[in-house]
Amino acid sequence: MIRVVLPAHLRLLAHVDGEVRIEVAGAATQRSVLDALEARFPMLLGTVRDQVTGKRRPFVRFFACERDLSHESPDAPLPEAVATEAEPFLVVGAVAGG
Amino acid sequence: MSKVRVLVGTRKGAFVLESDGKRAHWDISGPHFAGWEIYHVKGSPADPNRLYASQCSGWFGQMMQRSNDGGKTWEPVGNKFVYDGVPGTHQWYDGTPHPWEFKRVWHLEPSLTDPDTVYAGVEDAALFRSTDGGKNWQELPGLRGHASAPGWHPGAGGMGLHTILLDPGNPGRIYIAISAAGAFRTDDGGTTWRPINHGLHSQYIPDPTAEVGHCVHRMAMHLSRPGVLFMQKHWDVMRTDDAGDSWREVSGNLPTDFGFPIDVHAHEPETVYVVPIKSDSEHFPPEGKLRVYRSRTGGNEWEALTKGLPQSDCYVNVLRDAMAVDSLDSCGVYFGTTGGQVYASSDAGDRWAPIVRDLPGVLSVEVQTLS
Repeated sequence: MIRVVLPAHLRLLAHVDGEVRIEVAGAATQRSVLDALEARFPMLLGTVRDQVTGKRRPFVRFFACERDLSHESPDAPLPEAVATEAEPFLVVGAVAGG
Repeated sequence: MSKVRVLVGTRKGAFVLESDGKRAHWDISGPHFAGWEIYHVKGSPADPNRLYASQCSGWFGQMMQRSNDGGKTWEPVGNKFVYDGVPGTHQWYDGTPHPWEFKRVWHLEPSLTDPDTVYAGVEDAALFRSTDGGKNWQELPGLRGHASAPGWHPGAGGMGLHTILLDPGNPGRIYIAISAAGAFRTDDGGTTWRPINHGLHSQYIPDPTAEVGHCVHRMAMHLSRPGVLFMQKHWDVMRTDDAGDSWREVSGNLPTDFGFPIDVHAHEPETVYVVPIKSDSEHFPPEGKLRVYRSRTGGNEWEALTKGLPQSDCYVNVLRDAMAVDSLDSCGVYFGTTGGQVYASSDAGDRWAPIVRDLPGVLSVEVQTLS
């Protein structure tokens, strides 16, 4: 299982409070975690990644273990602490817009 | 007894305001989708419990919501808007070609007859349609396929398709308007389109009488007379009596003919409402007085409606989709402001009162008259 923390707007959309725990098949990567997240919460399709290109939306960032993973490859393994549930994978709305 | 439901989209959520036919006391529910921008909420004329809402965010993109119970509960529906074929380019602010990029849905127009069919006007300008209650969206590509499209350019607020008018007597005829390309009409259900801007005069574009490039802010039509349209252009209030083939100015004695919304009385096709705004650089009412202007002569002769509206120190704006009318015997008129007030008149504009004063900035107002 992977712990995922969503920003408030997306928690509202998905009707969840706090963290969500996602079952991920195979290695935990950004892509596998987001695929599993969207499969469980289809209303999140298009809100984190563009539905056509699959790219991260510009004002969405990914963090874990106090590291900004936003520019990592979507297929790079997430930190071990995320895979073992010691740390959550954070989806963050960038501070922007005033 | 009749009821009225007012659907308000704001910068931080949607609100549903309901009253009986007296329109004196209002129940307010919301915010729905708190924190999200709600560009537009509109109900199906064929099933007033079926509502559609455009929910968006600069961070998280576009969502579409649907209600089957008049706004009590909502469910997300399809939010995949993909331009047909190779998107191509339009003109950017600096004159260079710029790829068409979907940004948001500005306006929703449910079919007059089928609750599952709804049109969406989007930015960058295109017209989409769903025939399955909003689950799937397909572009009507003939509009962007018009030969003039590579020369269309955005207004300051983006290149949005903001007006969709369905002709009740002719299912093949649809009018749309785009900022800042102008007005267009199809007579074959959206396969082919033609610009309908003859008679518009815009001094701020290189060719003031060009076929396209006019900054149309809003168009309105009375259902009994679908060949007559009224338009609030960037500057100028206009009218056509031949389905857009030719326009003439009817600004008449307005204190300023800049503005955004325009609407028509539910029972009097020659009674028209606008909210004059000082100028394109000062988006607030002239002299700090919030005044709706009404013409009972189809334009040219306008009277100020002020009773119940602030007549000093008022510097709000009223956006293009933020005015609507009900169809009770005594026509109700409603508008929302960027200051978060929703004003209503139950006597066709003679007297006004705020339904609610302190919402987030209002982006859109629609009204349903329920039996």
